[in-house]
Amino acid sequence: MGLFAVCLSGCNGTQSALDVHGASAIHLKHLMLLVIWVCALVWLTVMVVLAYALLRKRRVAAEVNAGADNRATVIVSAAVGATALIIAGLTVASFYTTRLIDGDGDAAMTIAVKGEQWWWRVTYMRDGTPDFETANEIHIPVGRTVLLQLESADVVHSFWVPSLAGKQDLVPGRTNTLALRAETPGVYRGQCAEFCGIQHSHMAMSVIADDAVSFERWLADQSAESLKPAEPEATAGQAVFLGKPCAACHRVRGTPSAGTTGPDLTHVGSRDTIGAGLMERTRGSLAAWIADPQTIKPGNNMPMVPLTSDELRAVSAYMESLK
Amino acid sequence: MADGAPRKDLRDTALDSAELDRHLTSIWHTRGGLWAAVSTVDHKIIGRRYIITAFVFLFMGGVLSLLMRLQLSQPEARFIGPDRYNQIFTMHGTNMMFLFAVPVMEAMAVYLVPLMVGTRNIAFPRLNAFSYWMFLAGGILLWVAFAIDTGPDVGWFAYVPLAGPQYGTGKRADIWAQMITFTEISALCVAVELVVTIFKQRAPGMSLDRIPLFVWSMLVTSFLVILAMPAIMIASSSLILDRLVGTHFFNPAEGGDVLLWQHLFWFFGHPEVYIIFLPAVGMASTIVATFTGRPVFGYLAMVMALISTGVLAFGLWVHHMFVAGLPRLGESFFTASSMAIAVPAGLQIFCWLATLWMGRPVFKTPLLFVVGFIITFVVGGMTGVMVASVPFDTQVHDTYFVVAHFHYVLIGGAVFPLLGAIYYWFPKITGRMMSETLGRWVFALIFAGFHLTFFPMHILGLAGMPRRVYTYQPELPWSGLNMMVSLSALVLASGFLLFAIDIFRSARNGPAAGSNPWGAATLEWATASPPRCYNFRRMPVVYSGEPLWTEDELQVASGLRVDRRELLVTAVVAATPQARESSVPHSIWPLWAAVATSIVLIWSIFTPWAVVWGSIPVAVALTGWFWPKGAPEEES
Amino acid sequence: MRERVVLDLSDVTSHASGSASPTWWGTLAFMLIEGTGFALAIVIYLYLMSLAPKWPIATPVPSLTAGTLMTIVLVASLAPNMLVTGWAKKQDLPKVRFGLVVMSLLGIVPLIIRVFEFPAVHVSWDRNAYGSIVWLMLGLHTTHILTDLIETLVLTCLMFTRHADNARRYGDVADNAMYWNFVVATWLPIYACIYWVPRL
Ligand code: HEA
Ligand code: HEA
Ligand code: HEC
Ligand code: CUA
Ligand SMILES: [Cu+2]
Repeated sequence: MGLFAVCLSGCNGTQSALDVHGASAIHLKHLMLLVIWVCALVWLTVMVVLAYALLRKRRVAAEVNAGADNRATVIVSAAVGATALIIAGLTVASFYTTRLIDGDGDAAMTIAVKGEQWWWRVTYMRDGTPDFETANEIHIPVGRTVLLQLESADVVHSFWVPSLAGKQDLVPGRTNTLALRAETPGVYRGQCAEFCGIQHSHMAMSVIADDAVSFERWLADQSAESLKPAEPEATAGQAVFLGKPCAACHRVRGTPSAGTTGPDLTHVGSRDTIGAGLMERTRGSLAAWIADPQTIKPGNNMPMVPLTSDELRAVSAYMESLK
Repeated sequence: MADGAPRKDLRDTALDSAELDRHLTSIWHTRGGLWAAVSTVDHKIIGRRYIITAFVFLFMGGVLSLLMRLQLSQPEARFIGPDRYNQIFTMHGTNMMFLFAVPVMEAMAVYLVPLMVGTRNIAFPRLNAFSYWMFLAGGILLWVAFAIDTGPDVGWFAYVPLAGPQYGTGKRADIWAQMITFTEISALCVAVELVVTIFKQRAPGMSLDRIPLFVWSMLVTSFLVILAMPAIMIASSSLILDRLVGTHFFNPAEGGDVLLWQHLFWFFGHPEVYIIFLPAVGMASTIVATFTGRPVFGYLAMVMALISTGVLAFGLWVHHMFVAGLPRLGESFFTASSMAIAVPAGLQIFCWLATLWMGRPVFKTPLLFVVGFIITFVVGGMTGVMVASVPFDTQVHDTYFVVAHFHYVLIGGAVFPLLGAIYYWFPKITGRMMSETLGRWVFALIFAGFHLTFFPMHILGLAGMPRRVYTYQPELPWSGLNMMVSLSALVLASGFLLFAIDIFRSARNGPAAGSNPWGAATLEWATASPPRCYNFRRMPVVYSGEPLWTEDELQVASGLRVDRRELLVTAVVAATPQARESSVPHSIWPLWAAVATSIVLIWSIFTPWAVVWGSIPVAVALTGWFWPKGAPEEES
Repeated sequence: MRERVVLDLSDVTSHASGSASPTWWGTLAFMLIEGTGFALAIVIYLYLMSLAPKWPIATPVPSLTAGTLMTIVLVASLAPNMLVTGWAKKQDLPKVRFGLVVMSLLGIVPLIIRVFEFPAVHVSWDRNAYGSIVWLMLGLHTTHILTDLIETLVLTCLMFTRHADNARRYGDVADNAMYWNFVVATWLPIYACIYWVPRL
């Protein structure tokens, strides 16, 4: 029950195609509203005609008569013509929006995002080579276009942060790209949109748009190696981490751990959430997660590693200290 | 022939009605008893079975949807775990599409088309029996697997690699793929029967421009089945091969491709939705004509709309893959083609409106459902046009907006006309009327329940809720609408429950219907309700598209033998008589063939050798099926 | 409804043959289904080819001998097949019997050649996607030869029984022959695809 309560407090930030803060999402919203209005009007027109056709008063002997049929032919043809014109218009509008979105200029930086069952591996690139790795949270500079290189490690996933841009699948064996540009600073939640297995529901991520200064600071912090644990408890935790199977799956740069199956934990203490947007990162939630990841996120790929309560306390203190 | 020359065969020419009935009954009749029941080839008995089975699957799929709605009614609910939920939504979608929607439309046609074209049995009656058994076996396979926790859990389109050998462990995905084989075999068989029945067995005089619109819609649908289903057969077979013997069709590491699956699936999957929708269009046209008392306005336009929808249907599949990362230019082409389908769809709507306008609508339950259909389907069509736009779709693909779209078109566009059609043809099938009072309640509950359930899903989708999630976090602003959706689903379900009650009550105690209770125009109403085993005492002859409105007696032909099952074969275009062809008698062999085929298919989930050894009994059964037994029907 | 007889069909023939017969149309419909299947297999082949940097993937092009021999035999078998069709139309029982025996043998020969075709593609089905699709195409076609062969064998037996001399049986023989034409016709694009497209 306690665990449950922890789960209940997780992420924040908007996740809506109507609450938009990114360049593409703004264009998309304009298009969507246009299309929705046009279609709503067409629907209303049809309904008015339907209502009148059903309820109108009729003269007594309304046999099939040629005059009425001819008039109907003209009207139906006109309606079909109007349909063709409207859809032609909508096609052009949607083509134009595609152009607007794709033409959003050259990217300030490239970030590789890899979908894994059920989290996101995020690799910041510098001059075309990997700089550092993190997970589930993508910081970008506000007002700059960032290019995401989308790949999948296993099955098809889909990257979707609706407040910033439309979605794009991550397809095994292919590389797709998506350009993001946040116009206002903030935390934008997103979620995997293609069914990818048992924990598809808990494969969230967030994009955090920072102003230039904080973004540069963040970048510098992240590319650095992990902090040496200061307190004794954290030091003990590091020993646990390195001694137990943790290090086989996770990497903390600056220590001998070099596992790559799980998220890079070098700066896990600086993330807002853990477990792919599942819970707010607190010391308690870290402990809960490490103690029993399978209850919190059934079926995920981190096994329960048996730890004594001292070990658990120490290792979560260590995780917490990895700012 | 009146010279009384000795002749060994007995013709209907000289017999009076009572004698004729007696002779025809003795040769067309299905005896009582289990053995006779499983060897019958009467299209009405098989059609009825087919319809009932499909409706049972509707209710089972509906119960699954209620379970999903239970789980989704609150955030982080723990009623159903993720593994079970994934099986449930996959079962719901698979069951609804492959075991309910497609089969029910074909089932209605199996029952109605031979009557509407004025013949005595469907073409290839044994194939028809076989097709029903295959359908039943496929359905049982899927549901038994689900009951033992081996239900497929990969979604109704089973994207690889999730469904492939590496990630789809166990037998779940195999069950899905093999269930496809079962239902596709049965759908293909029915499609062939219908095409041939419509081409070759129409009443003399029923030229192309006098074919009832429902029959036209089934003809186009059957061609869609014939051209689309091979794609899914190839796809699901390749999937099984990848899983069972290690081929690499979908494995990018060895030159295969993940998107190949998506292309193959949707090359079938898109036409699939029109396979469901077009028959419903035919039903709507039939009902509109009957309850306005005039032919549907623009017959030729309606037929052209059906055909062009059918043709266009093969050029749209990529609109399900707009975010898969295909070249933008290609995608724009598919936007244009998808939107273009609004033209034939609109044309049909406008023709119905014109008919309603010029006719005098009588508001019986079937017409209510058609009005509900127009209101609802146009919404679904509009959202279809929205998602057909590539940029729009990048925001709503794989969200509840799409879930809303397809329930609007599937339920509003196909189930509503279907329910109308049940109210409409129930008197023909059972000889009894359904209740008009209950019918209105059923309509009201289903119509209101439907919109309350599915309209909010549009908003949920725009507000960022993806589909196929077993739960969502409480801080996301979706819980209120989800609760509303779940509660409304109960209203909807109660409508369906009332419908079931009405069916049971009316089948037992409904007032007698008489042969033509609605004063309809097409041939099925020219015979008794329920029709006798031989459908028509004498083969009808028609001189217009509305034979029962333009003439006050039924024009018939005589000269057929009554000492064997005989029906009339006519020319494809003009429907001029070509031969008095015999129609096969009952046979148990279709059942054996279906049993043998089911064994191969299920066994081959486990080992490829099943195909080798299992094909022996199949070959034996097919030989038994076709080997002459000396019946008079086998004479030339 | 009252009935009025307006048409007398007593003199209409009691068995439709050729394209007037429902069976003929049924056979055609099944050919359409299977033809679509073959066409899709070819599309898959070309699609995978378009993705591969090199085609065939990691293996030499198929050797021509067996496949070409297959093509020759199949095309040659069309001649006796046409004769059987003609004899069946004339309802000439002795000749039909003889023809069916010949066609049964001509159904077995391709199966023997096929045994040599699989090794001639120099790749197994589980090596890579190229192997998979080539084996799928060959396999698909083999099942068609096999089913037609079994059908021919059953018909041959049937034509030696008392059920033989019957317009319906001759119709079956003609439809079976039509199906064999289809089996041959589908082979030609597959042959071109498997053996010649990689050489382009
Ligand atoms: C009965 C079934 C049915 C029908 C009839 C339709 C009809 C249409 N569908 Fe739908 N569709 C589905 C069933 C159906 N669909 C299903 C099951 C899925 C989801 C599968 C899955 O992912 O699980 C789907 C998904 C789907 C997608 C993919 C969405 C996505 O996954 O992101 C798209 C995209 O283009 C689409 C488009 C359309 C269009 C353009 C029509 C058109 O045919 C609609 C045409 C009709 C009208 C437009 C209304 C009448 C016209 C007028 C009154 C004239 C005036 C109109 C204008 C001026 C616009 N559909
Ligand atoms: C024709 C097809 C069809 C029909 C009729 C329905 C009917 C319904 N569907 Fe269906 N649905 C699909 C086709 C259909 N669906 C498909 C293809 C999918 C996609 C699957 C996938 O993603 O793979 C889907 C997915 C889908 C989802 C999304 C799941 C997810 O993404 O996680 C939801 C969620 O609410 C839903 C709800 C409903 C509801 C409430 C109904 C209601 O209309 C049901 C009405 C209720 C009943 C019919 C029950 C009546 C029964 C009783 C009253 C009990 C009586 C009991 C006895 C007699 C034993 N459906
Ligand atoms: C077999 C591999 C494996 C082992 C062993 C393992 N983990 Fe993990 N870990 C994972 C995976 C995979 C995830 C991502 C789970 C998800 O979100 O779906 C993860 C996630 C985490 C996270 C959350 C990271 C984030 O940013 O969301 C923490 C913290 C963590 N692990 C700590 C530990 C500790 C401490 C141990 C040892 C006691 C450990 N892990 C052992 C695989 C492993
Ligand atoms: Cu990843 Cu869904
Ligand atoms: Cu579609």
